[in-house]
Amino acid sequence: MSKVPPKGRAKPKAPHKRYFDTESAAADGDTAGLQPVKLKRKNQQNFVGDFIKMQKQSKVRKPLRPTKVKAEASDPAEAQKSHVPPELLAKYSRGEKVEARGVKTRHFKEQQERREVYLDYATEQAARTELLLQETAGQLGADDGEITAEYRQEQIAENVDLQSAAKHFSLQMEFGPYTMRYSKNGRHLLLGGRRGHVAAFDWVTKKLHCEFNVMESVADVQWLHVPTMYAVAQKSWVYFYDKKGTELHCVKRLTNVNRLDFLPYHFLLAAGNSSGYASWLDVSIGELVGNFNTGLGDIRILRHNPSNGVLCVGGSRGVVSMWSPKVREPLAKLLCHSTAMTAMTVDPKGQHLVTAGLDRTVKVWDIRMLNDQPLALFRLRLPANELDVSQRGMLALSQGTYLETYTDLLSGGGTGDRSKLPYLRQRCDAFVHGLRFCPYEDVLGVSTAKGFHSLLVPGCGEPNYDALEDNPYETSKQRREHEVHALLEKIPPELITLDPNEITGVDAPTLQEKVDAKRQLFHLKPPAIRMNSRRKMKGRGGSAKASRNKQIVKDIKRKEFIAEVREAKKGVIRQHSSKEAGDDAKPRPKPPRSVLDRFKPKPQKKHKT
Amino acid sequence: MKVKMISRNPDNYVRETKLQQHKMPRNYDPSLHPLEGPREYVRALNATKLDRVFAKPFVCNLSGHRDGVSCFGKHPKLLSTLATGAYDGEVRIWDLANRVSARSFVAHNGFVRGIAYAKDGERIFTVGDDKTIKVWNSQAPEVGEEEEPVNTILSRYGMHGISHNRKDNSFATCGEVCAIWDEQHNDPLKTLKWGVDTLHTISYNPVETNVLACCASDRSIILYDQREAQPLRKVVLTMKSNKLAWNPMEAFNFTVANEDCNLYTFDTRKLQTPLKVHFDHVSAVTDVDYAPTGKEFVSASYDKTIRIYHAHQSHSRDIYHTKRMQHVVCCAWSLDNRYIFSGSDEMNVRMWKSNASEKLGIIRPRERTNFNYQEALKEKYAAHPQIKRIARHRQVPRHVLNAQRKMRAGKEKDQVKEANVRKHSKPGKVPYVSEKKKHVLKEEV
Repeated sequence: MSKVPPKGRAKPKAPHKRYFDTESAAADGDTAGLQPVKLKRKNQQNFVGDFIKMQKQSKVRKPLRPTKVKAEASDPAEAQKSHVPPELLAKYSRGEKVEARGVKTRHFKEQQERREVYLDYATEQAARTELLLQETAGQLGADDGEITAEYRQEQIAENVDLQSAAKHFSLQMEFGPYTMRYSKNGRHLLLGGRRGHVAAFDWVTKKLHCEFNVMESVADVQWLHVPTMYAVAQKSWVYFYDKKGTELHCVKRLTNVNRLDFLPYHFLLAAGNSSGYASWLDVSIGELVGNFNTGLGDIRILRHNPSNGVLCVGGSRGVVSMWSPKVREPLAKLLCHSTAMTAMTVDPKGQHLVTAGLDRTVKVWDIRMLNDQPLALFRLRLPANELDVSQRGMLALSQGTYLETYTDLLSGGGTGDRSKLPYLRQRCDAFVHGLRFCPYEDVLGVSTAKGFHSLLVPGCGEPNYDALEDNPYETSKQRREHEVHALLEKIPPELITLDPNEITGVDAPTLQEKVDAKRQLFHLKPPAIRMNSRRKMKGRGGSAKASRNKQIVKDIKRKEFIAEVREAKKGVIRQHSSKEAGDDAKPRPKPPRSVLDRFKPKPQKKHKT
Repeated sequence: MKVKMISRNPDNYVRETKLQQHKMPRNYDPSLHPLEGPREYVRALNATKLDRVFAKPFVCNLSGHRDGVSCFGKHPKLLSTLATGAYDGEVRIWDLANRVSARSFVAHNGFVRGIAYAKDGERIFTVGDDKTIKVWNSQAPEVGEEEEPVNTILSRYGMHGISHNRKDNSFATCGEVCAIWDEQHNDPLKTLKWGVDTLHTISYNPVETNVLACCASDRSIILYDQREAQPLRKVVLTMKSNKLAWNPMEAFNFTVANEDCNLYTFDTRKLQTPLKVHFDHVSAVTDVDYAPTGKEFVSASYDKTIRIYHAHQSHSRDIYHTKRMQHVVCCAWSLDNRYIFSGSDEMNVRMWKSNASEKLGIIRPRERTNFNYQEALKEKYAAHPQIKRIARHRQVPRHVLNAQRKMRAGKEKDQVKEANVRKHSKPGKVPYVSEKKKHVLKEEV
């Protein structure tokens, strides 16, 4: 007879499966006995003796919303649409996500998470517009057994289309060493000869805007915010001319200027002069927003960093110093060469600083980290006297009459590795005095002692321009509209800092500031207390009484202040002493016994049980 | 040699005829757009400045009343219709689109105390000091016919306010008692009392339409349920509440305009402490009305200004005033969330924009995009000190400024005194009381 279980009591059922039970916990009952070890936070972990057994975390975090199992790629077109390669996303992303873990309240945590979703969406949308770009970058491939550096400009010009071949030309001019600038949209060219020759033209259509001789020496030329105005640093002062060569201004506050540069988003014309003054002229209001002596002597090397607007000045001691118009000390200094510098440039993305010195090296520095070791080093036979970096990161350097370009800024030169060979080589007929890549074109402009050469360098320029930023095809009406918009968005010079995104960040005190504040606490003086006693009615208390009252109030205030400071000091000391005690947790050694110890109260004996 | 260079075909970049739009190829690569942060900041600053430049909230002045304006009635279906009642018993119906008075009639002897439209907008109910409720047709009479009330109900009690149910045909009046009426009957369905001599405002909950709220002259706010025989609950504040408005979207919340210069937002479920105390007025607040979105409300005050508050913030978002506007008695927020009406002692009804810098008229899509972008920028950079200062600054009348200073001085004095008392008494004897709890005396069930 089999035993029948009592009727009333049913077989103990397995407990109901609850929605909060995880699958694994419910499925394998034998591992349920193992409790997952919760890892301590890093600063709470004890690394001295015990090993923490790590176990794979069995607790599966429940998603906020139960995710539906996706239908297996029912629509292939849709699956394709949402897929954006991660490297593209990285290109368009504005940095890492904000970690929601540190946010205290749920409300703000959710707000932050929602914001991140929107940002991700924006990044993805921006990355997807890559499909719409019309042009592809230029390139030059060598045949078997050849290298690209062998090709001469004539050969390249023969093999490209007519429109591109027309971009290769040279000008023979006799007014001495030339300097040159391309306008920001790459359409116009400005040449300035040392012996007074100034010429502005649309170099694509070869249409001359103006050409004249200023009958003075010309040190440097620079386009302003629109290609209808430019500045020329002449013998003693800086002059502004318009497209037709009419003199607009003579800026007598900028004297003996050697180098000019223009910050297009700040509307600042930066100038370095021969007695070491750095000056910033706001060309929209005609005011010098910064003008001070850098103490570097004759400034011959000057470039601005396009990503943050900081002015980099190369000195004769091999030091690059970075300047902002509203700060009279350099924001940063970088020792680049042990000898004098000969050239310097910043790449258009503002990531690398490239310097050349008389020690025959060219060094590439990380301009954001400012490490003391260069990222790449080129050793040359002669010191490089001109440098420039193109929009796509190509480096051009000249040594006297000879010039080379490299495809990768970070490769470092050398003849051992074929991939490190120069991309193109060119020998000019005269000493090179200026070297600029043309924005949005595969062209390198070289100005020499005897004229100007426009060289074809396939693959150096950004093929797709943004018409709201720079438009090579802009009409005069568009140019005017662009000028108005740019003026409305003029960035005030106070915002020129090393980190351009400082304005969007949180203004938290740095470690240095915190340390300084703590240190300051020990040297605080009580503030002067000024107290004007109330006017009393005549006969109510004389001046003696008033002064006594005043003294009483002052004493009280001072005492309060001292008490506050004392508390704050105690806090600091306690914090530090506890930290130190935490480091060496050993008990302190007992003081040596003294004869007089017998008179101390005895410690109470423990009761033995 | 394989070589390719950038060679743009101008056909792709230049428009062919002048009738076409310019071609604007975009490239969103961040490296082509340097100085993103500072440029955006400057744009946000400009947007904030433009916002203040274009802040011209006053739309028009509706004049016609021959005595101070006492109450408003909003048409539930027509946006361009507004009924106003005056101290001399006159009711005017305004055509807001044309800014004219479409119709006017003398409804009562003495004050018009309240106006309410029926739920379909066909009838107008007015109550006055003459102890009558009059029902009017919302259509104007034929030419030559006289303005006659459709129905006149004589009540035993004096009446101070009226509110119409949003879902059925009942309405409620308040006065010595709270009475619930049906549109078809001349006697109240129900009267509700709680030992109070006068109830001076009444309001139906717009969602849970059986619930009513009243403000009484003994400084209390009373909640009723029209299905029950007795009032539900009551909360007593330190001073009298003048008006009450339910939040139309979060219908468990209501806001009262109080005599002590503040407004209080209460949660019906938790009447001991208000959710929020809304400061900034410098004299008694006379009226309050919610925006249809439930996110903001407008308040009228005896200090000759009206203020706009976010429903969950203590300080006002904006203040409207003119030199000629005297004590504001009533205010209303239009049902399309774009306009605000204020009625004041000097016989005028004024129309304001609810968003001071909003552009009226047709907005083209590009303009709309730009406005949206500016809004986003303003929000993103709102915490920057310079932007905050510009966005917050309001020019206020001299008397308001003086009163603010005086109030601040008084408050500071009280704080100092309390701190001194606390310093010289036993610890814990002088408790810290939050501002919210200070103003509520007791809650009764």
